[in-house]
Amino acid sequence: MEKIGVLVTHQPLPYLEQELTRRGCRLFRLWEAPETSRLEFCRENSAAIRAVVGNSNFGADAATIDALPKLEIVASFSVGLDKVDLVKCKERGIRVTNTPDVLTDDVADLAIGLAISVMRRIPSADKYVRSGAWKKGEYTLTTRFSGKTVGILGLGRIGLAIAKRAEAFDCPISYYSRTEKPYPNYTYYSTPVDLASNCDVLVVACALTEETRHIVNRAVIDALGPKGVVINIGRGPHVDEPELVAALVEGRLGGAGLDVFENEPHVPEELFGLENVVLVPHVGSATIETRTAMADLVLGNLEAHFLNKPLLTPVV
Amino acid sequence: MTNSSPSVTASDESQPLDRPPLLVLSSISDAWSSALSAKFNIIPSSSPLSTSTCAVLVSGTVNRVNSNLLDQYPSVRCVVTSDAGVNHIDLEECRRRGVLVANVGEAFSKDVADYAVGLLIDALRRITMSDRYLRNGLWVTQGAYPLGSKVGGKRVGIVGLGSIGSAIAKRLEAFGCKISYLSRKPKPTANYRYISNIIDLATESEILVVSCSLTKETHHIINKQVLQALGKEGIIVNIGRGAHVDEPELIRSLVQGEIKGVGLDVYENEPNVPKEMFEMENVVLSPHRAVFTTEALSDALQICIANFEAFFAGKPLLTQVLAD
Repeated sequence: MEKIGVLVTHQPLPYLEQELTRRGCRLFRLWEAPETSRLEFCRENSAAIRAVVGNSNFGADAATIDALPKLEIVASFSVGLDKVDLVKCKERGIRVTNTPDVLTDDVADLAIGLAISVMRRIPSADKYVRSGAWKKGEYTLTTRFSGKTVGILGLGRIGLAIAKRAEAFDCPISYYSRTEKPYPNYTYYSTPVDLASNCDVLVVACALTEETRHIVNRAVIDALGPKGVVINIGRGPHVDEPELVAALVEGRLGGAGLDVFENEPHVPEELFGLENVVLVPHVGSATIETRTAMADLVLGNLEAHFLNKPLLTPVV
Repeated sequence: MTNSSPSVTASDESQPLDRPPLLVLSSISDAWSSALSAKFNIIPSSSPLSTSTCAVLVSGTVNRVNSNLLDQYPSVRCVVTSDAGVNHIDLEECRRRGVLVANVGEAFSKDVADYAVGLLIDALRRITMSDRYLRNGLWVTQGAYPLGSKVGGKRVGIVGLGSIGSAIAKRLEAFGCKISYLSRKPKPTANYRYISNIIDLATESEILVVSCSLTKETHHIINKQVLQALGKEGIIVNIGRGAHVDEPELIRSLVQGEIKGVGLDVYENEPNVPKEMFEMENVVLSPHRAVFTTEALSDALQICIANFEAFFAGKPLLTQVLAD
């Protein structure tokens, strides 16, 4: 089989890189090209590139797709597709796949882990020990997680997995989504502000679209209030970041656990000194087990496409 | 004047609704003092009324309820301790004297369980370490943090399935962990796999959570053999007591890479923590805070008050502790 050109937009899992090569792909490593000449890199190699493996930071936007006339498939190493121009792909007949289900558990685990970390101040307490401060006095009292009302924005696969875990802590569950879902044990609210007014921990678990950009805005933050906690395991643009930072710094919001940011890997430094905030570098699916499973889905989808078989997890 | 009856009307004051006297031997916060004073007449140990007061509030950190103390306060008929543990109380001696004992029951269990789960997720998913990495600017300069390990599917061995261990098991099941437990005898109501010895539990688990009480038998229950049986992928979470773990052996094992990591809330010589751990990426260190939420302390206060009210009303205590 003639080597298939695959544009890899980000530094991949070694297993994925090895397998792509082993299975007959010629890799074009976009992340190694300087940022300003990435489109150039695409054009120069466009005769060979028939597939793109993107991720949550760099997928396939309109300009990239235009630079790759031979592109047949975008296999995203993510479940979120906000960085792929789906409309353009559909127009051009380019297939698009993602990695649903395999990362649901990891992301939900992290959401709950962040909530406990924030409310019980685990990273801050660790720092307290390492700094020697414990020798001089006890660390502060913190806030209970069990039994707090968890409000979920988006009750898809990840939202449901979060709800299931939170229930084991006797947390009442409420949610917002575009339409009410058949979960009578979970309380539905028809607007994000209503949800925020009626929960203690607000978790962002919906897809990023035009409608959900800045779904956590000033009004939602005000409704959540000085004891409320925001957990974001969705996408940075779900939250109006400057508003969130101001609310945290000014004490108008109780705390935040954030895995994603508007301009990764840059994180507002005003947050660095806060003890009621936990900041992690987009690790929602970052376990060896899940990344391997995601890689297998990418490989499986690519293989299916080039062997003319049905795709495993097509979106377009 | 002797006062052998717990009845409120035996007080010097003529109003039958006067607050019953309560001897307080532990040092209590303003919040506790205020809430207790609303219901009871607080008698300090320095008061001459202390020897005629029949209900006493104690704490494991400052009091030992033994023959000495019971001789010193001979009118005591009811002891309530603001703790879950009762190691500081001679239950047999109390039983012999007809003194009722209550603790705070399960007031602390959920917070300790939450904390254990939090430390476990942190150890596997590197929350504290990657937060530190990010705040040190390394996400920008060095790129992605190394991969963590998935919680789901991990085999968790819970050492001690009391109210804390059960609460931990219930939570971890929802994450897809496979639960086994060790206790003196199997628990008929527990739906988890019982393993009768600690080495087998360690061999068949990736994670051990210590949630039993500290006794002669459980001192250093986590020792060299257990750490070896747990192995290179193993993680220890300790929300019990420092003395549950052979600490020097644990440090050695971490330094040599013989186990994967730990989440510790307790240490053999608090607040001293072995310096070697400060340099390690695979340890989460906490300053004995698993219990300490405002809600837990508030719940404990309510249970203490409720126990005293039950006593003065001649009703059974809510969270009575009996001698074995």
